[in-house]
Amino acid sequence: MTTTRTFMQHDAVLGLLEGMAGLLRDRLNARGCTDPAMIGIHTGGVWVARHLHQLLGLREPLGTLDISFYRDDFTRIGMNPQVRPSSVPFEVEDRHIVLVDDVLQTGRTIRAALNEIFDFGRPASVLLVTLIERSGRELPIQPDVVGLEPPLLPHEHIRVNGPDPLSVEIAANRISRHDAPPSDTGDE
Amino acid sequence: MAAASRNIQLDDKGRLKHFLTIEGLKRELLVEILDTAESFATLPGRPVKKVPLLRGKIITNLFFETSTRTRTTFELAAKLLSADVLNLNISTSATTKGETLLDTLRNLEAMHSDMFVVRHAQSGAAHFIASHAAAGVSVINAGDGRHAHPTQAMLDMFTIRKHKGDFTALRVAIVGDILHSRVARSQILALNTLGVTEVRVIGPRTLLPTEARALGVHVYHSLAEGVKDVDVVIMLRLQKERMEGALLPSEHEYFRLYGLTDERLENAKPDAIVMHPGPINRGVEMESAVADGPRSVILQQVSYGIAVRMAVMSMAMQVRDSGGAA
Repeated sequence: MTTTRTFMQHDAVLGLLEGMAGLLRDRLNARGCTDPAMIGIHTGGVWVARHLHQLLGLREPLGTLDISFYRDDFTRIGMNPQVRPSSVPFEVEDRHIVLVDDVLQTGRTIRAALNEIFDFGRPASVLLVTLIERSGRELPIQPDVVGLEPPLLPHEHIRVNGPDPLSVEIAANRISRHDAPPSDTGDE
Repeated sequence: MAAASRNIQLDDKGRLKHFLTIEGLKRELLVEILDTAESFATLPGRPVKKVPLLRGKIITNLFFETSTRTRTTFELAAKLLSADVLNLNISTSATTKGETLLDTLRNLEAMHSDMFVVRHAQSGAAHFIASHAAAGVSVINAGDGRHAHPTQAMLDMFTIRKHKGDFTALRVAIVGDILHSRVARSQILALNTLGVTEVRVIGPRTLLPTEARALGVHVYHSLAEGVKDVDVVIMLRLQKERMEGALLPSEHEYFRLYGLTDERLENAKPDAIVMHPGPINRGVEMESAVADGPRSVILQQVSYGIAVRMAVMSMAMQVRDSGGAA
């Protein structure tokens, strides 16, 4: 039994992203990061990153990561049948990287993404941006810029739908999310 | 899934566990292999070409028959997945001292191998090993007798898809020694499963199996007629080591009738590609002008072979701890 409710509509998400872009700009300036490059994590992170990339007017094209080959639960839940090639169309070595995901929960996706980024080179720094931060961390990973932290019950799942329109919905279900029918969402 | 569970190649969820033959595998699974390979094919362009997917796994190349290309690309594929690789050339090993296949297998299992990549001159050898291997050990067939060479067929399908996109409109000709070729058998099964318009086999009567038509192919004895309007020409190597008696008058005579030349290729579609599983007998199966020419994709086949083998190995390994739900 699953109940789903829309938490944020497209316009509200865009407003949130504009606010995040401002915070991110401040954060980059404070750190002295000139000419940063941005990488989004498939799928939802790429949707979010596309907007932020445009709002910040970054010079380098947006990079995308599919962390399927770097996951720590590969032998337990298998391969994502829709692995998309990662594409990092710029030099990572000594570059300030802005890593973008839609939902931060356990932190395992970010762990995998960091490992993959280091296989492209040694970045000068990595700054983590997530649209949504929620409870359930299993690794010591914290975001630098967050859109919102909605209060959620343990059995509630939050996910970003997109790419156009972008919306955030909360699903409450009693079954494991891996048993749920597959849907093209940016759920972590 | 009742039907799927009877197929030794699949686990109870219908996922790949062993890869022994194309036979009995659904189109969706073949497409999944190709899609997964597509991602691995991008890795060589990266500073670090490895991914940590199979870190901590041991993969044993069990080759009872000599091979350079296949063994090397399997080894490279395993290493790019971060697995540790053991290479065993059994022809020079304990079997010559009288050890049986099962004893060899048990010894290797005691060394905690997670996967065997098997090549053997006997048809059914990989299947035999898969049915006797410990639970949790995967077996990949790297060629068994005249029976099957499924990863070669899949890398050929990958190469075709790279150049042609959709399979359904394609006419594909396979030329040469179909009778002795495990590659041809696997290719025919894969092409038909992926739904091509037509598969043709071209060769002298002595090198075509009598049941050729039952494989779902059209049979031609003239190369010029057979390649007319095809999109893909797959040349096979003459399997001299598998031939018994005088099936061919001479290599020279074979080239005169079935050797691929630029002139004979004119009958094929203008954008037709030419493939060969290697190693090429130049001047026997094809002239050098074709092998090194603009329509030849033979070296791409080798590169793609690594990505396809990575896909098959990782897919077969993903069911390892599938006992509990995630």
